Amino acid sequence: MKTQKKVQAGGEDFLVLRLYVAGETPKSVAAIRNLKKISSDHFHSTCKIEVIDLLKNPKLARDHQIVAIPTLVRSLPPPISKIIGDLSDTEQVLVGLDLRRSRAKAKN
Amino acid sequence: MRHRAKSSKGELLPLEKIATGIPGFDEISFGGLPKGRTTIVCGGPGCGKTMFGIEFLVRGALQYDEPGVLMAFEETPEDIATNVASLGFDIQDLARQKKLYLDFLNVEPTEIRESGKYDLEGLFIRLRSAVEEVGAKRVMFDTVEALFSGFSNPQILRSEFRRLFRWLKDNHLTAIVTAERGDGNLTRFGLEEYVSDCVILLDHRIKDQISERRLRIVKYRGTKHGADEYPFLIDERGMSILPLSSLQLQHKVWDQRVPTGIPDLDAMLEGKGYYRGTSILVTGTAGSGKTTVAASYIDAACKRGERCLYIDFEESSSQVARNMLSVGIDLDHWAKKGLLVHEAWRPTQFGIEMHLLRIHKLIDKIKPQCVVIDPITNLISGWGDREVHSMLMRLIDFLKNAGITALFVSLTSGGSDLEQSSVGISSLTDTWILLRDVELNGERNRCVYVLKSRGMAHSNQLREFVITSNGIKLIPPYIGQAGVLTGSSRVNQEARELQEAVQREAEDLRREQEIERRRLSLQAQVASLQAELAIVDKEVAAIARENQDRQERSELDRANLARSRGAD
Repeated sequence: MKTQKKVQAGGEDFLVLRLYVAGETPKSVAAIRNLKKISSDHFHSTCKIEVIDLLKNPKLARDHQIVAIPTLVRSLPPPISKIIGDLSDTEQVLVGLDLRRSRAKAKN
Repeated sequence: MRHRAKSSKGELLPLEKIATGIPGFDEISFGGLPKGRTTIVCGGPGCGKTMFGIEFLVRGALQYDEPGVLMAFEETPEDIATNVASLGFDIQDLARQKKLYLDFLNVEPTEIRESGKYDLEGLFIRLRSAVEEVGAKRVMFDTVEALFSGFSNPQILRSEFRRLFRWLKDNHLTAIVTAERGDGNLTRFGLEEYVSDCVILLDHRIKDQISERRLRIVKYRGTKHGADEYPFLIDERGMSILPLSSLQLQHKVWDQRVPTGIPDLDAMLEGKGYYRGTSILVTGTAGSGKTTVAASYIDAACKRGERCLYIDFEESSSQVARNMLSVGIDLDHWAKKGLLVHEAWRPTQFGIEMHLLRIHKLIDKIKPQCVVIDPITNLISGWGDREVHSMLMRLIDFLKNAGITALFVSLTSGGSDLEQSSVGISSLTDTWILLRDVELNGERNRCVYVLKSRGMAHSNQLREFVITSNGIKLIPPYIGQAGVLTGSSRVNQEARELQEAVQREAEDLRREQEIERRRLSLQAQVASLQAELAIVDKEVAAIARENQDRQERSELDRANLARSRGAD
């Protein structure tokens, strides 16, 4: 399932996110829902979100080094960061995506 | 909770096991790892856990036609491949042949943040696709700590592990999970609570500056297993485990006799030599000729076309070969023909079990009919008598079972009672040949005697032996009035006796002649007396005749006178 949101060419803070899920499990569904909410509330720049269902594409789990489900990967802008979980903790998501300049910015 | 398979009648079937192919392990576990279950292999760093798991996979693929999956969390498959390449395992080639599936799961904690609940379904997805890809029957996870350190929520991890092990069981996969040793627990994260079918503990310790590796089956539910610590080594062929106490006093017995290589010694052993498949102990002080006795046996065995293994803890093979040439034994010749393998290494190089393992491996490789260990006393120094005794017992048992005739050379310190063997090995061997030096008149001469030889009427004589350029020769014993004599005093005594014998003969001759003379002289006397007697007899006769004549004359005269006077 691919969803594109607010695509504009040549945007400065162009975000590319990938969300890896496994079918329609409660966590996967929650993650998708939470991500939609976060992106509508907090993403002020253009972003491209891709949802990849590993049950349909199991080979990608190895190729993209996914162990936990769900996993949200920010591939652009670099560096790559990963967030695992159903994304119910918004704060952690924003910090993880480096969208919030908070005290907890430094990655542990 | 385990569920044991039940037969159609509802009886519990014995636990099925799957062979690992690791030498020694399948013996002590009586069949291998539990089939379709997960085994934990735990231990400190560098103790060989990964090696064990890899060997399990590789041998499964190569020897048992069971493809495997390696899920690595710590080292990349490339690193692992490099590490095991020196053992002759080419796991990348096996991956190319689809006999192994290698997957590296990167769980870098620095890169990952957690937001909300998650599970390890990604791991499952990859595992499923891996198993499907090669049709795997064996799986290995290395190591669980890496997973734990990658994710901060131990509860999630524990429940996922439970799920994982259930999944493995449901899919009839035999798995190994490696884990670090914890303080107090077997594993750092207490994994043994979930996976309690079989737990193996590996240990790597340093004792007296020598590294020792040990393996122990801590738990193996539902079956008997060796519960001791077993020493093992890792060498260029992988892991080898030596079963320590799997010994039963049951072995085949051979009736055949094999010559000792010293014909005179054969004569002391009923004229036939040693029994095949027995063990022979040759003890003696320094320089008493033990190695020569051993080499003589090898020479004879090689002449028969039998393979020999000579394990030397003291001299190099070239040195022994040179020394034996002077006795007329050409060991190099046999080595070139492939009948003799002469290995020398220092006893201080390894721990005692390592020696035993090395010997086992050599015997496995060469399959000799005869083994010489020269000397075993070097092994004793530094190790407890009991340990050495135990090791020798195992070795002798193994050799007997294999029908290998074994000769052990042992150095005694002389002075004190030579028949005391500090290790008590003499009770383990079937034949005991003692080489002894006898000191007499400022000389030391070599003697040999057979102290015991089970199953035969051996000679109990002490015989002097000499090492000639044609080998060892035994001289018949000389028992003089002062006991056994050897060396130059023997020679002297022999000369003296010879002289005495000659003298006696001369004496006898003289006496004979003397008597003969006397006899003749007596005979002469007798003859002369008889002659006298004859003369006397004649005289007597003559006198008698004279008398008669006189009487007759006198009568005649009277008659004449009477006539002339008278009658007219």
